[in-house]
Amino acid sequence: MSAQVPIAYYLILAAILFSTGVAAFLIKRNIITIFMSIELMLNAVNLTFVAFAHMWHQVQGQIFVFFVMVVAAAEAAVGLAIIIAIFRSRQTLNVDQINLLKN
Amino acid sequence: MQLALFLIFGGLAIAGAINLLLQKHPINSALSLVVVMMSLAVLYWSLGAEFLAAAQVIVYSGAIMVLFVFVIMLLNAGEEEHTHGSRAAYIAGFPGAAAIFCVLSFVFLTESKHLGSANLGGQLSQASNNIAEISSVLFTKLLLPFEVTSILILVAILGAVVLARKEQ
Repeated sequence: MSAQVPIAYYLILAAILFSTGVAAFLIKRNIITIFMSIELMLNAVNLTFVAFAHMWHQVQGQIFVFFVMVVAAAEAAVGLAIIIAIFRSRQTLNVDQINLLKN
Repeated sequence: MQLALFLIFGGLAIAGAINLLLQKHPINSALSLVVVMMSLAVLYWSLGAEFLAAAQVIVYSGAIMVLFVFVIMLLNAGEEEHTHGSRAAYIAGFPGAAAIFCVLSFVFLTESKHLGSANLGGQLSQASNNIAEISSVLFTKLLLPFEVTSILILVAILGAVVLARKEQ
């Protein structure tokens, strides 16, 4: 009744999302957008986990995605707090101007 | 059905990701990331992960992205300006991302015969439904990691409060 989709297509989709996240991470100059592209890469990896969990008919992959989500939530909270602290001391969000360690 | 869902929401996810890359203003990037996460939730559901689809909507697009939008509005982030560093980033960024994509898709396509294909809905081994299976594994075999994540969240909350506090 329903057309099947090869698991490889899901993995290709995840690869597209991951490499878009890598490109955005390297190209973007705004620190918040860089942080968002990290979230995009985490989501792409989660999609591969769910696709493999479906392939093996096992639930462990989905539980791993659950843990990744928990860690991502904690990481977003701490990272955004760090961004607020940086903005308070340097008055900028551009990563090219946050170069205190260089000089 | 599965193919239609995959094509529609996979295309939507890719469009959102490209839009995140192309938009100059961070609030536009944040909203296109919400689009990516919602369409990934539909894909999770079509792969038989109902609990993760709900958690994706609630945790990612509900909590994390709202936090991002709050911070963007709090810091009054404007459009990003181009500096000399951004040209070097363009030169390194696009070929690097293209190389990663080529390697990943080469591996996936050469192994695609062994991977099989996906039907609509869950096909877990001996489960009646997805949430029952997840909870039975999570609260028996993986109870210690589950409890450790609660401590991680607690530490993250304390760290966020300490970092974002105004200094006297």
